[in-house]
Amino acid sequence: MTFPALLRASRTHVALAAIATTAAILILPTAAPLYTLINITLYMSMGVFALSLALLWGYGGILCFGQSAFFGLGAYAYAIAALNFGDTTLAAGFAVAVPAIFAAGLGYFLFYGRLSDVYLGVITLTVTLILFKLINSTGGDAWRIGTARIGGFNGIPNTPLLTMPFTTVPLSPPQMFVFATGALFSTYALCKGLIVTPFGRAVIAVRENEMRAELLGYNARRLKLAVFVIAAAIAGLAGLLFANSVFVSPTMFSLSMAAQVLIWVVVGGLGTLFGPVAACFALQIATVALGKLGLVDPNIVLGVVLIIFVVLVPGGIQPALTSLARRLFDADRRSATSPIREAVQ
Amino acid sequence: MDYFLVVLLQIVGAVGNLALISVGLAVIFGMMRVINLAHGEFIMLGGFAAIFSAQAGINIWIAMLVVAPLSVALLGVVVERLIMRRLYGRLVDTMLASWGLSLLLIGLATTFFGNRVVGIAAPVGSFRIGAYSLGAYDFVLAGVAALVFAGGYALLRFTSLGLVARATMQNREMASSLGIEPSRVYAVTFAVGAGLSGLAGGLLAPISGVLPTMGVAYVAKAFITVITGGASVITGTALSSALLGGINTVSTFLTTPVIGDVALLLAATIFLRILPTGITGRIFKGAP
Repeated sequence: MTFPALLRASRTHVALAAIATTAAILILPTAAPLYTLINITLYMSMGVFALSLALLWGYGGILCFGQSAFFGLGAYAYAIAALNFGDTTLAAGFAVAVPAIFAAGLGYFLFYGRLSDVYLGVITLTVTLILFKLINSTGGDAWRIGTARIGGFNGIPNTPLLTMPFTTVPLSPPQMFVFATGALFSTYALCKGLIVTPFGRAVIAVRENEMRAELLGYNARRLKLAVFVIAAAIAGLAGLLFANSVFVSPTMFSLSMAAQVLIWVVVGGLGTLFGPVAACFALQIATVALGKLGLVDPNIVLGVVLIIFVVLVPGGIQPALTSLARRLFDADRRSATSPIREAVQ
Repeated sequence: MDYFLVVLLQIVGAVGNLALISVGLAVIFGMMRVINLAHGEFIMLGGFAAIFSAQAGINIWIAMLVVAPLSVALLGVVVERLIMRRLYGRLVDTMLASWGLSLLLIGLATTFFGNRVVGIAAPVGSFRIGAYSLGAYDFVLAGVAALVFAGGYALLRFTSLGLVARATMQNREMASSLGIEPSRVYAVTFAVGAGLSGLAGGLLAPISGVLPTMGVAYVAKAFITVITGGASVITGTALSSALLGGINTVSTFLTTPVIGDVALLLAATIFLRILPTGITGRIFKGAP
C-alpha cells in the first residue's frame, strides 16, 4: 500500500477529521473550563475505545464482547509499569504491548480452534468477567507486582500521570487533552488507512465470506488473529488515556464497560468508523446528563437504546443518515459511496 | 478417607449447581439458536419471585419450585412476543437485543427492589461426615437438577411433544410444511427455557442471596457450560456440567474460588480448541 493510494481512498474523511482535530486543539484548551476539558479528554479515550471495536467488529467481522478486557489490561499494564519503572514513556509502551500479546495468545485459541463468532463473543465476554473477578480479589498487601499494589476493588488511585518523554514533568490537563485528541485522530487515520491496504481488503474479504477468501489463498485465521491483535493494541491505548483522565480500577473490566462499547458501535453503525465515535460522545453526554438528573437508572436507558436499535434500526445511525442524505440529494451517487464499498469493489 | 468423600460430595453439589443454572439457557440456545444474554437476569428474577412470595407467607418449597419458574416463564412469553420473535435467524442480533434486555432488567430491579442483597434461610440443615459438616441443600439442588434432566430427556425422546420440538429444531421449514406451527413451538420453548432459569434462581436464592446484579456471575458460567456441551440440549449440558463442575471444585479445593473459576474457563477454552463443536458435536452425536 503506497501512501498516495491511502490518501486517495480516504482523503476527504481524514482531511475533515484533521481540520476538526486541529480546531479542537487550538480552541478548546483556552475556551473551555478545566472541568469540561478533563471530561472531554475522558470522552476522547472512550472514542479510541469505540474505534477499536468498530475496526474489529465492523471490518473484521469479529464480534468481541469482551473488548473491555484489553482496555483494562492496557490501563493496568501502564499503571503497574509506571509505578515500577518511574518512567511513563516506557509504561505507555506496555499499555499497548501487553493487551496485544494477551490478544495474540487468546486469539490463537479462538481462531485456530475455528470457533464461530457467537462462541467467540461469549468466550471473550467470559474472559473479561474473569479478569474483573481476579482483579477484584487482589485487595491486601500480598497482591503486588514489583512495588505496585494492585489494590483489588479500589484499583490504583495513585496511577501516575503521563510525563513529557524523558522528563519527570507530568502533562498538564490542556496538554493531556491535546495528546488524547491527537491519539483519537491518529487512531482514526490509522484505521481508515488500514482498511484500504491489501491487508485491510483481505480482512474485509474474510468478513464477507471466509470460505471463499480461503479458497482464494488467504489465510483467514491469521488475518483474523492480526486484526484482533491490532484492535487489542488500540483498546490498550484507550485504556492508557482513560487511566490518565480517571485512574485504574476494576470497573474497566466490568460488564457495563463491555456493554457500552458494543452499544456505541451498534448505535453508530456497524462497518463505519465515524459513527461509533459520534455515538460514543453523544451517549456519554446523555448518560452523564441522566445521571445528574437521577430520575432513571442509566442501565434502563442503555438497555432500551440497545434493544430499539437492534430491532428497529439494525444498521445504526450513520448508514441510516447517509442513505437519507443520498435520497435527499440524489445528485452525486459516487460521492455518497463510502470508502469501504470502494475498498470491496 | 472422609476428606475424599467430602470432596466427592462437593463435586456432586457443584455439578448439580452448574447443570441447574445452564439448562434454561441450553433449551433456548439449543432448540431455537437464540443467544439469551438475559439468562442471568431471568435467574435473578426467579430468585426475587421466590423470596418475595416466601415472605408473603407461601410455603418456601412452593415458592421455589412453582412460583419462581411460573412467573419467569410468563415474562419469557412477553419477551418472546415483543422482542425475540422479530430476530429469529439473526443470531448475533438475538445476542445484542437480549443483552439490552439484561441491562434493562438490571436497571428495573435496582430501581424497584433496591441495590442490596435479599435472602431467606435454606429450608434444610446440614449433616456431618467424620469431622466435616456439609450443607444438605446442595443435594436438594443436585436432586432437582437430576429430575429436570431425566424429565427433559424423557420428554424429548419419548413424547410426541418432544418429537415436534426436535423436528422444529432440526428443520424449521420442513416442520412447518408438515403442519407444525414453528412460531408457537418457539414461544413455548422460550417460555420453558425462561421457566427453567427461574427455577434455578428460586432454588439458588437461599444459598447465594438475591441482588439485581447477580446475573452476571451466572451467565458466563452457564454459557461456557452450554457451549462445551455442544448441540444436544440434555445430554451435552449434563456431560459438560459434570466435566466443568469437577474441574472447578477440584481446583477450588487446591487453591481459591477465584482461581477455580479461572481454571473452569481455561479448561473450557482449551477444550473448545480441541473440540470446537463441543462434546455432543463430535462424540455423542444425535442424542437429545
